[in-house]
Amino acid sequence: MSKGETTPSQTVGPYLHIGLPWPDGPYALAEEAEGGFWIRGTLYDGAGAPIPDGLIETWQADPEGRFDHPDDPRGAQAWPGFRGFGRCETDAEGRFGIRTLKPGPVPGLGGAMQAPHIDVSVFARGMLNRTVTRIYFPEEAEANAADPVLAAVPEPERATLIARPAEDGYVFDIRVQGKDETVFFDI
Amino acid sequence: MSTDPRADGVPLAAGYQRDHEVHPPLDYPGYRSTALRHPKRPLQLLPHMLTEVTGPVLGEGRIGETDNDLTRQHEDEPQGQRIIVHGQVRDSDGRPVPNTLIEIWQANAGGRYRHAVDNWPSPLDPNFSGVGRTLTDAQGRYRFVTIRPGAYPWGNHDNAWRPAHIHFSLFGQAFTQRLVTQMYFPGDPLFFQDPMWNSIPDEKARQRLVARFDYANTAPEWALAFEWDIVLRGRESTVFESEVDDG
Ligand SMILES: [Fe+2]
Repeated sequence: MSKGETTPSQTVGPYLHIGLPWPDGPYALAEEAEGGFWIRGTLYDGAGAPIPDGLIETWQADPEGRFDHPDDPRGAQAWPGFRGFGRCETDAEGRFGIRTLKPGPVPGLGGAMQAPHIDVSVFARGMLNRTVTRIYFPEEAEANAADPVLAAVPEPERATLIARPAEDGYVFDIRVQGKDETVFFDI
Repeated sequence: MSTDPRADGVPLAAGYQRDHEVHPPLDYPGYRSTALRHPKRPLQLLPHMLTEVTGPVLGEGRIGETDNDLTRQHEDEPQGQRIIVHGQVRDSDGRPVPNTLIEIWQANAGGRYRHAVDNWPSPLDPNFSGVGRTLTDAQGRYRFVTIRPGAYPWGNHDNAWRPAHIHFSLFGQAFTQRLVTQMYFPGDPLFFQDPMWNSIPDEKARQRLVARFDYANTAPEWALAFEWDIVLRGRESTVFESEVDDG
């Protein structure tokens, strides 16, 4: 098997709701656990209309910047009540929400630290492959300024990757296309 | 061999191979719904760092007893041709991907989904939900029992029909390996007009979505069998020194 012989992606299609959502999907942090907040947002298409047949998935470090995974060189470590992974289908108004903890800074390349961030996959009818973006935090101005991924994004678009504060956490809207189009990554 | 130093001197794990040429473009006019649902700005390159080379490890607790047998989830059996769908999940270097969650969803034998917005005139089957999940074993192998899904019409173009398919969702072992795709059946006469199929640029890559009829694993007087292997992205060659095979 040589490089490139991977299985191609196909769209989740219009009926993703029967296969993908989980009742506890939005809870990257257990419902009853302390210190959690919501990241809420709306998924919009290129005409500014909400996307009601989409799905958001999130993956992130724990508050110490570690991952419960064998490829974390510091060793897999579980944070009580924390899965690190969230999944939420969009509702009829394109809205989603993930309950989680704030990740800590995460080691990057060449000795640089990355600012606290959450990786996001977006799936939807009309998307032949997922799109990937990142959520950064508004109160981390200093760490964000030093973050190597943010630094590579041109200034006017960078703002699309930074969540806004809200009463119960943060707001992070995702605009797939058009004015204020969210920055998406080649993963 | 090189390693990437991280903040306190411990190397990062190797990243994953990029395989864009295999996947459909996000902007594909033949599938009309892509028009307003693809980014217009170029994607920004994201180096694979810790968040990308790790991923959720979703375990046994999520799998129920009949989750891998879609014919046993109701009081009676569903209508249609009973089939076994099995195969191996591995990476593009041939390494099996063990203990990883696979989720599937599909239409019933008449091509109808149990979904509120699927209302074309084909009956629902009270004995079929069309949803399954399983974990791969230590060799990356998986197995479902289900019924063969029917083709169904949609509104993309005049007289548009989707070839029969089963939707598959895979996590692999890293955020970068996440894959959602569809498995097709050999010899389907509907491929030629299907934009999902045609959106895959390379004909050989399209064929990798087609299961193989597997007579050897057919269960006599019970079920036909189809074999479908799934290949996720492999690691880049930058690895820990300790992982280098010196044998
Ligand atoms: Fe489908």
